[in-house]
Amino acid sequence: MANSPVVKKVAKKTAASADAQKPAQPITTMSVIAPAMAWLIPGAGHLIQKRWIRGVLLMASIISMFVFGLLMQGRVYRPNGGDILDILGFVGDVGAGGLYIVTRAMNWGPGAIAHATADYGTKYIIVAGLLNFISVADAYHIAIGKKP
Amino acid sequence: MTLELSHFSAALLFSVFASVVFGITQRNTARDQIRYGLYCFAMFAGGIFVAGWVMWLLRH
Repeated sequence: MANSPVVKKVAKKTAASADAQKPAQPITTMSVIAPAMAWLIPGAGHLIQKRWIRGVLLMASIISMFVFGLLMQGRVYRPNGGDILDILGFVGDVGAGGLYIVTRAMNWGPGAIAHATADYGTKYIIVAGLLNFISVADAYHIAIGKKP
Repeated sequence: MTLELSHFSAALLFSVFASVVFGITQRNTARDQIRYGLYCFAMFAGGIFVAGWVMWLLRH
């Protein structure tokens, strides 16, 4: 009886309405600073919350991926209103935060069509940015107590 | 300075970095993070081999 589909459906509906009545997460200083730092410097959002190992590993992985992408002569996208893939490339690149800012300032990443590995480099740079977006979300969840 | 990697090396290196990030961000405890990271790496690496052989089959 307790496992009947009707009972399960009612229990699910009750749980859903209980969730809807939960108070919204309070906006704390750390819940703003941690994601901002995480975007600017990959891994820093975890480091400032004293998650040392996670922060160092994230920092090493994302920065290495970005730097390897540049070393493979990958292209760094600029803000553009053109092809959808170019726009997505820009969105991915900008996820790397400070790395993207420094790269644009130094005019690195023009992309070398002559090199076969340049395409890999371009993808490395984009994915480094996308992985940093995930890292930013993780830092935020730690800040609001949703994750240890 | 240019880094030139083989297709396989580039894909494997990509797998390592992506697996580390996935493992850390998608699980809560250290043990689960390591296990999931290794699982992701196995999937990436396996996918590389499978994709390579599929391409070989398509070619021949």
